[in-house]
Amino acid sequence: MILTRLAFRSLIARRITVGLTILSIALSVALFMGVEKVRTGAKGSFADTISDTDLIVGARSGSVQLLLYSVFRIGNATNNITWQSYQEIAERPEVDWMVPISLGDSHHQFRVMGTTEAYFDRYHFRGGRSLSFAQGGRMDDLFDAVIGADVARELGYELGDPIVVAHGIASFTEHDDLPFRVAGILDRTGTPVDRTVIVGLDAITAIHVDWQGGARAPGQTTPAEELRQMDLTPDAVTAAMVGVKNRIQIFQLQRWINEYPSEPLLAVLPGVALQELWGIVGIAETALIGVSGMVVATALIGMAAMIFSGLNERRREMAILRANGARPLTIMGLLTLEAAMMALAGALLGAVMLYLGLWLAQPWIDAAFGLYLTIDAPSAREGMVLVTVVLAGAATGLLPALRAYRLSLADGMTPRT
Amino acid sequence: MAEALALTDVAFRWPGRAGFGLSVPGWRVAAGARLLLLGESGSGKSTLLSLICGINRPDRGRVEVDGTDLGALGSTRRDRVRAERIGVVFQQFNLLPYASPTDNICLPLRFAPERRQRAEAAGRGGARAEARRLMTALKLPEEAIDAPRAGLLSVGQQQRIAVARALIGAPPLLIADEPTSALDAGSQDAFLDLLFTQCEAAGTTLIMVSHDDRLAPRFDDAIRLEDIATIQRTGFAA
Repeated sequence: MILTRLAFRSLIARRITVGLTILSIALSVALFMGVEKVRTGAKGSFADTISDTDLIVGARSGSVQLLLYSVFRIGNATNNITWQSYQEIAERPEVDWMVPISLGDSHHQFRVMGTTEAYFDRYHFRGGRSLSFAQGGRMDDLFDAVIGADVARELGYELGDPIVVAHGIASFTEHDDLPFRVAGILDRTGTPVDRTVIVGLDAITAIHVDWQGGARAPGQTTPAEELRQMDLTPDAVTAAMVGVKNRIQIFQLQRWINEYPSEPLLAVLPGVALQELWGIVGIAETALIGVSGMVVATALIGMAAMIFSGLNERRREMAILRANGARPLTIMGLLTLEAAMMALAGALLGAVMLYLGLWLAQPWIDAAFGLYLTIDAPSAREGMVLVTVVLAGAATGLLPALRAYRLSLADGMTPRT
Repeated sequence: MAEALALTDVAFRWPGRAGFGLSVPGWRVAAGARLLLLGESGSGKSTLLSLICGINRPDRGRVEVDGTDLGALGSTRRDRVRAERIGVVFQQFNLLPYASPTDNICLPLRFAPERRQRAEAAGRGGARAEARRLMTALKLPEEAIDAPRAGLLSVGQQQRIAVARALIGAPPLLIADEPTSALDAGSQDAFLDLLFTQCEAAGTTLIMVSHDDRLAPRFDDAIRLEDIATIQRTGFAA
């Protein structure tokens, strides 16, 4: 006990260098655990983006691509699903519900998504949560739009404000003759819905009535009132979310869709597609963890260097211990204990810094990146990281401890400095 | 009469220091004696002390402390014997400046279970109580006894802490290496009075090393290092 107390007091006596060393370990640990948090948070955030949807259906491409453009609004579809195919799938006995998604237009930097009212009932995120309205409600009129929380915040929109949809992505051509009206603003979800303008599927058809081959037909302008009376059944949709009546039918339906003879379609399970996505980004993840691991290793080596550089000044201290009966191995153990104590202090401080940082930055990260980082109690994996840092610190401390062992053997009771 | 220390036909040469060696044909110190060992700087005092304390093992001969031949023991056992049977007071006192006076005094007990038992028995309230008793006996004021760090104390107070550390658990042999060199004559006398009283109370044999032969009348016996040891500076034949 007295040795532990002495090791602690010795550290306190050298508090500036020890403090800086602990700080460098703490920062490296916070970085390492932070990377881990962001990595698992990003995964969780992605995985939480969609739940309770059994299949996503789109034109045949890659499953990751389908997931990205239909759920995350990243990239574009290579093709559409014809409305006929959509209806055939919807009429399958396995299908409980099906929600169409029509993408392709935009408003400023945000995607415009055409869908049906069922989207608000069927789209679930973060383990089954439903969309809710901060203001207003669903679309009542053909030209009503519901906007995500980020759209409202970044563009400063309020209920009743007009929205002019641009044709395509990053296009200068606008559907300015048929503006929409903000009918509802959604609560924040932490999903791509926050950055989406949702309109009716028929509205997407309506704004393209006067368009042919991607351009407005010259001199042709159908009034809104007339459009409201028209049959606005779409020719095609971009993708669809599907729920089955019985989950054991998922694979049967998936196979049927993937072998659909009339057009090449692809049905993916969101979870499986996400796993594929993790496989793709896994290399970058590993590299990131590797770099942050190196930062931890550098901090521990820095600690060993600090102990090394202080050894000469501490030869008298070691000689005192020797004179009072300490064995060279005891002195070696004392220095190893000291290193372990510094590593422990650094690891704990790093964890505190991380959680404090998370607590402070969580709202900002959520707002800026749509990345919701949960603040849970440290996981077993994080506990393992902390224990590993302490053990690695003690192991690193063995190097200067070995030197101290040799010095104490050579010096005896009289340090030769 | 029993011997606290006996050196017989001892020879030692520092490893890697060709040319510096020390030999002691024979030297005995009776138990309970108060002996002054006189020697100038560089006369081989530190080498002799390292042999007596078992830090170094002689190349030849026997170094017996309280009847135990240190040369026959492995390094671990020698460290243990040093902790159990020898108290050391250094010229610079060699306290751990960041540790409390009590922790400094109790330090050797960490490595010496028998000495710890003796200290606990003597202190009645444990080793820390005995440390406090010793500090009080050595006339340390309360504020010094309760100081958070030994480094905060005056030179004289640190010196008495060093003596208390050497005396705790009543080791059979106390070696004091120039403990009075930083003191004026009056303080030297007072310090020696305290040291003698405490050594007598603990039944501890005292060997004090000094270059100051004016201290000789205060001791039972005074001996010059060159009278008991030979230094080889240009070659040593084992």
